[in-house]
Amino acid sequence: MEKKYTYPFLILIALLIICFFVNISLGSVSIPTKEIFNSLIGKADNYIIQNYRLPKAFTAILVGSGLGISGLLMQTLFRNPLAGPFVLGISSGASLGVALVILGSGFFGGVFTTLLISKWSVVIAASLGSFLVLLAVMIVSSRVRDTMAILIIGLMFGSITAAVVSVLSYFSSAEQLQQYVFWGFGSLGNLSWSELFIFFLIYLTGVLMTIVSIKGLNTLLLGENYAKSMGLNLKRSRLVIIIATSLLAGTITAFAGPIAFIGLAIPHMTRQIFHTSNHKTLLPAVFLFGAIVMLICDSIAQLPTSDYTLPINAITSLVGAPVVIWLLVRKRKMLF
Amino acid sequence: MITAQPHIVLETKNLSIGYASKKGVSMVADAINIVLEKGQLVGLVGANGIGKSTLLRTLTNVQKPLSGEIYINSKSVLDYEPVELAQQLSLVLTEQIASKNLSVFELVALGRQPYTNWMGNLSQEDITITNKALAQTNIEALKTKKCFELSDGQLQKVMIARALAQDTDLIILDEPTTHLDMYHKAYILKLVKKLAKDTGKTILFSSHEIDLAIQLCDSMIVMKENEVVSGQPCHLISNGTFNSLFPKDLIAFDENTGAFRVN
Repeated sequence: MEKKYTYPFLILIALLIICFFVNISLGSVSIPTKEIFNSLIGKADNYIIQNYRLPKAFTAILVGSGLGISGLLMQTLFRNPLAGPFVLGISSGASLGVALVILGSGFFGGVFTTLLISKWSVVIAASLGSFLVLLAVMIVSSRVRDTMAILIIGLMFGSITAAVVSVLSYFSSAEQLQQYVFWGFGSLGNLSWSELFIFFLIYLTGVLMTIVSIKGLNTLLLGENYAKSMGLNLKRSRLVIIIATSLLAGTITAFAGPIAFIGLAIPHMTRQIFHTSNHKTLLPAVFLFGAIVMLICDSIAQLPTSDYTLPINAITSLVGAPVVIWLLVRKRKMLF
Repeated sequence: MITAQPHIVLETKNLSIGYASKKGVSMVADAINIVLEKGQLVGLVGANGIGKSTLLRTLTNVQKPLSGEIYINSKSVLDYEPVELAQQLSLVLTEQIASKNLSVFELVALGRQPYTNWMGNLSQEDITITNKALAQTNIEALKTKKCFELSDGQLQKVMIARALAQDTDLIILDEPTTHLDMYHKAYILKLVKKLAKDTGKTILFSSHEIDLAIQLCDSMIVMKENEVVSGQPCHLISNGTFNSLFPKDLIAFDENTGAFRVN
């Protein structure tokens, strides 16, 4: 981290802390600020804060930063500004797993239905789905040298998923469909502390693998041939980066549902602020910025002063989609 | 007169290059025996599609030779670990760099990667060498500029500086003068000539600027349909190597001026 970035980082850290408190203090039940503070430092026991809002805020931080980091990894690896965790098909794989459990349960008969659709079965199905797609991508990437081809293969996985989901929905009951749609909305608030702990361990593994890859990522900014000529073990670096992405994006989708656009938009917003592509600066910045944006999106989703909670996926799309459009317009301007 | 034993940086022995696949072997060139000495500027010339890029790809271990051997500093390229090879050999490629959102200093400093720790942190020595590379290529003024702000000629100098910062005995440039105007073509080739002389590095470049290469190079490698010839430019001219470089219907080599002329 260079000295000239000290101020932006201090501002981001301050923002993160503010957003964290704002996020915790908002909700359908209003809790006085003093009580929030007391329960945070352990002086008071507030059930809502400790078992609902705190895990939700931590989930938001993990989800936002994790998706941002996996987006950054994909954009550098594929040298494509429009890459994100969704393009590898990892999120699609998770969706397919969940669709098979929720929508496909009709095929297994009524007795199993209630048994199958517990929360853990959704998590396991999503993890399994993303892992299987990861496995396929890894097999493909060991045979195909061109990263662009892997990108297209990822898109194809997305296509196959959508098709299978359509077929399954056609044969599903309204109730099952509703359940799948609700999962698709995304949710940050469903995690208990123990689930959050498991989530955090996998997240940490992904982040550590990313930190180890920083040097390689910077080399990859020049392209794969230059990276190779500077002594980078391309095959191994690519593998580590793909596994890190899968761990991050896969678990996030498993625990919080498919959350769109954050992975794509956050790295771009960060580059705009820091004016650099150096991963030693970008990585911590993306972490902070992703966490902040996710906390803000979640705060908006709470619809302050009302009893409603909007689906988080809708909010992130509302924030993210304009960024993508802006990017395309800007890129067009740069090209012509 | 006592002449010191020349230091050989790169040597090929009966090298045969081309592409091997399940369908069979397609040979591009064979019986290539070249020797590059320390501090030499060497030009690689030949018609389009003759296999210049294939030769460079093979020399840099991007692609396996069909047969024969390549030695860099007396060690076979196949025996080098990737990082070790990166300390012997640096490249300037024709392809565009993927991200131009780096500053000139950051990009040149990336050349230090084979020497930096796992995080890629620059030591004081790395910074000194990077600054030296910037000075040697006359681009100190561009240090803080972003790569997307540069012209093609400036960017080429930056890429050469990056290769210098990698501090290798051998630098290989693949067509460093394409896309450049006449002035910058001469500028870049004069620059690499000066660098070879001042730094003692061996610089091998492929080019279509045969006239300029004849004037500047210490040695040249000429790839032709069925042979690869190398030697000093004046020898190559006198033994008529350039006369048969291209079909004679359009251009012919003038041995007096050392240039090609349109018939």
